[in-house]
Amino acid sequence: MLKDRDRIFRNIYGFHSPWLKAAVQRGAWDGTKFFIDKGHDYIIDEMKKSGLRGRGGAGFPTGLKWSFMPKADPRPSYLVINADESEPGSCKDREILRHDPHLLIEGALLASFAMRAHTSYIYVRGEYIREREALQRAIDEAYEAKLIGKNNVHGWDFDLYVHHGAGAYICGEETAMLESLEGKKGQPRLKPPFPANVGLYGAPTTINNVESIAVVGEILRRGGTWFAALGLPNNTGTKLFQISGHVERPCVVEEEMGIPLKDLIDKHCGGIRGGWDNLLAVIPGGSSVRCITAEQAEAVTMDFDALSKLGSGLGTAAVIVMDKSTDIIGAIRRIAYFYKHESCGQCTPCREGTGWMWRVLERMERGQAEKREIDLLLDVTKQVEGHTICALGDAAAWPVQGLIKNFRPVIEARIDDYQAKHTPVAAE
Amino acid sequence: MAKQLIVDGKAIEVEDGTTLMHACEMAGAVIPRFCYHERLSIAGNCRMCLVEVQGSPKPVASCAMLVNDLPPNKDGSPKVINTTSPLVKKAREGVMEFLLINHPLDCPICDQGGECDLQDQAMAFGMGGSRYHENKRAVEEKYIGPLIKTIMTRCIHCTRCVRYMTEVAGVEELGLIGRGEDAEITTYLERGIMSEMSANAVDLCPVGALTHRPWAFAARPWEMESTETIDAMDAVGSAIRVDTRGGAVMRILPRNNDAVNEEWISDKTRHVADGLKIQRLDQPYIRRNGRLEPASWDEALGLVADKIKAAKPDKTGAVAGDLAAAEEMFALKDLLGHLGVVSLDCRQAGDKLDPKLGRASYVFNSSIEGIEQADAILIVGSNPRLEAPVLNARIRKRWRADPSIKIALIGAKVDLTYPHGYLGAGPETLADIASGKHPFAEALKDAKHPMVIVGQGAYARPDGLAVLSLAARIVVAASSGKDATWNGFNVLHTAAGRVAGLDLGFVPGKGGKDLAGILGGGMELVYLLGADECDLSKLGSAFVVYQGSHGDRGAERADVILPGAAYTEKHATYVNTEGRVQHTMKAAFSPGSAKEDWTIIRALSARADATLSYNTLKELRAAMYRAAPQLAAVDSVETRAVSGLETLAKLSGQTTATPFGSAIGDFYLTNPIARASAVMAGMSALRSSAEQKLTAAE
Repeated sequence: MLKDRDRIFRNIYGFHSPWLKAAVQRGAWDGTKFFIDKGHDYIIDEMKKSGLRGRGGAGFPTGLKWSFMPKADPRPSYLVINADESEPGSCKDREILRHDPHLLIEGALLASFAMRAHTSYIYVRGEYIREREALQRAIDEAYEAKLIGKNNVHGWDFDLYVHHGAGAYICGEETAMLESLEGKKGQPRLKPPFPANVGLYGAPTTINNVESIAVVGEILRRGGTWFAALGLPNNTGTKLFQISGHVERPCVVEEEMGIPLKDLIDKHCGGIRGGWDNLLAVIPGGSSVRCITAEQAEAVTMDFDALSKLGSGLGTAAVIVMDKSTDIIGAIRRIAYFYKHESCGQCTPCREGTGWMWRVLERMERGQAEKREIDLLLDVTKQVEGHTICALGDAAAWPVQGLIKNFRPVIEARIDDYQAKHTPVAAE
Repeated sequence: MAKQLIVDGKAIEVEDGTTLMHACEMAGAVIPRFCYHERLSIAGNCRMCLVEVQGSPKPVASCAMLVNDLPPNKDGSPKVINTTSPLVKKAREGVMEFLLINHPLDCPICDQGGECDLQDQAMAFGMGGSRYHENKRAVEEKYIGPLIKTIMTRCIHCTRCVRYMTEVAGVEELGLIGRGEDAEITTYLERGIMSEMSANAVDLCPVGALTHRPWAFAARPWEMESTETIDAMDAVGSAIRVDTRGGAVMRILPRNNDAVNEEWISDKTRHVADGLKIQRLDQPYIRRNGRLEPASWDEALGLVADKIKAAKPDKTGAVAGDLAAAEEMFALKDLLGHLGVVSLDCRQAGDKLDPKLGRASYVFNSSIEGIEQADAILIVGSNPRLEAPVLNARIRKRWRADPSIKIALIGAKVDLTYPHGYLGAGPETLADIASGKHPFAEALKDAKHPMVIVGQGAYARPDGLAVLSLAARIVVAASSGKDATWNGFNVLHTAAGRVAGLDLGFVPGKGGKDLAGILGGGMELVYLLGADECDLSKLGSAFVVYQGSHGDRGAERADVILPGAAYTEKHATYVNTEGRVQHTMKAAFSPGSAKEDWTIIRALSARADATLSYNTLKELRAAMYRAAPQLAAVDSVETRAVSGLETLAKLSGQTTATPFGSAIGDFYLTNPIARASAVMAGMSALRSSAEQKLTAAE
């Protein structure tokens, strides 16, 4: 279990004041100038040493991502911070925005400096009204205290803007976010060119998750090696886990990477409702990853590699726990509806496929289907997966694949049940 | 730098910057696509063009991937691309299936049937059947104007139409609203699209979502015969394809000609087709007791011959109209020349262009393709958006390629679809530039390829020659010390027949009267060769012969009507505003007893005892080429050095302060064929009511 002294987010529960004075007492903005004086490359090297992998879901090494930014380019560079936290189950960024915004602002300054950016945007999810207000207040404090802005005490001109989205899931996709920031409809761009080359307003841009940026100050203060020593190799550091669903006490908690899922649930959430024997399935990384069965959940550790070995993923570490009272087909059907509703409609497989998958699941939930349609559905998910412009196609396909992989007998039983009740009428 | 690739086992070498799709095509592979189009930006959204790239776990959309963006193989060996592998086949089938699940199976009643990309590619790359048993999506109808019929249920969201409207036509009126499977293409307010080239979007539509409303349910593509010919609605000379069924023109479509119209045509060029069937002069008429009565060719020609022989040569005149082709103008000039008549004019709008000043003084010297090199463009007394929509799209293309180029306008304030500086309304501003006082003179001087475009609004006025001279002076001054082959002096004509007329010298000879003189009264006989756009009210007691295809203003005043052929019904020569000689092909027969125009004049010459020496088109053309050799150079534009402008530039003349007018009042009604067209009338009414509404709202 993570020791208190290794905690980065010391106000994640909101027990203390989030504002500047209290944040400074907790250690924020300490030594920021010292790191800036050490230079751009120092920060990037330290981040590489820490082994931090992006906290937005894909897990790309953050330091490496930063190093892709051009070092001498006539165009301005931008850092865009993704606070469009819309993945069902995911609710960590809002805690940072509400309770520890100064860690984020400090991290934004350090990250921007490392990438030679003078401007950064934080794209906040449309539904996060209070969160945006808190963040804006903290930014105003930072400007007031000359921590950021022109001619600030750190000697690196830096402007930070909050952009409030309109509540579209797709705008959390990095290039759709750039489109949205530019005032266009949020539809993902084709890659290549990648944002580090042609991003916001055609300039080099890096997009990072809120959590990835918020930990930067603390990593520098305590050293990349400290961060790397936590967790497991290749899955280092601490991470905010968000556990929801059928546990006794759903919570957001900072823990070491690689903590066994069982420990996480038992120690922080008071266990599964009705005990481990009552567990049906767990979606370990937010709605877009494949679910895992109760047996798998008992043994798995919460890190990128272990979960991807199971065909699932850590994603944003949004653990959705479902006990045996859950209709798993109904649950996945609801997720499929979400993706159908949030598909941007730009490219064919996702636009047409998400609706198809949802409609089939809608019937399967009632059992009103043929058994061969299970394979048809699986085939449709395969036709969507990997054929789209952005990752939303994959995200829509995986939950359905997880359902079929792990719960095919449940679907078949449901179909049998329905057919037993609805004997076909000869005339039909 | 060249990049090595192996496509389907075939090694090829392609330049950097080539898309993977083109690279595959170079290797002979067939890549299906819906959203990709050469002349539009890349959307990459249909996912039909997926190919397998070695080392990439997912198939790659080949239209959007540049070969230089492919990550290199570790050992430096060429990338292996597969377009026929099972992975690719499966991916295509998948995309095809997705496209079809919500596409209605209404091919039998769909106007796109037979020339539908979706049909063709479903046959070639799709699965045999459907596995989709849910309800299909239905989309509400949209109204986007009288030219484009929508059945949006058929839409596959390729966004070609949106990109065309925004990028090429320059009107941001079409877009995709909603998202996911509820996404719809619409004008949002469901207002007609305000563009002169909107119907090209229908050609781009790969399915039957957008079809041509005026031709709805009229014909199937396989029933029609196509003839490749040239348009005569404006002076651009767009390449068109005329589709006929049983002798009737069913539709007009664009053809590709990169030098002229790329693959766009204006709405007038396309939808004037119904005008070819209405108000036609299908037999000769003779005015008896104030009424035009049907007559035989014999009677009519006999009467005209008698009148021509009787009239004094100095009291006889001829005016050639906007649609007159070179052949008939040459024959008429030839005939009247034999009779000693010198009062001829083809400058129906009163243009002050003079062929004696050299060809460079009356054509679009930089060429339409040359616009893409221009870096400073001054437009004088013209609204190219109406006078030559396709040419205007080329200027817009140039601006899109480099938004830093300087474009300025002198004349009436108009929306050109691209940003431009507005310098002034009349000749004073032009004079300021000519004298170097105006800052834009610097811009032209700094430009490597300066361009001045002079429109009819600037030269079809009493001081027109002085205005042309000013413009020539600006060009000569701006061109000094630059590329000698670049001539930035451009006259933008609006009439298809004008340049040929000037080339043939269809202008007053020594002592002859010009347009104003011929039409000003006191003549005994006036021969109107399709001349309808001039003021015929002062002809007085003159005996008027009208030869043309449509019953319009000229026919109304005529004493004898000789029915001729429209531009789709004859083998004829037109010279576009660049001086490019192009031939039309006969796509349909003229109605009734109407004849090809030169044959009428040839027949008349025999009766007027001045028999012309040619009996066939070939002989006529040979004679015409002897008289005007430049007409023999078909489909090419010679370089015309700036030095050719010096005579014009040296002319002195006084300009007036009157602001430049516009050459075209109503874009949809510029000639007799367009005025006969019901579609054009509808568009004209719609446009004026929309403009009134806009004014009222302001």
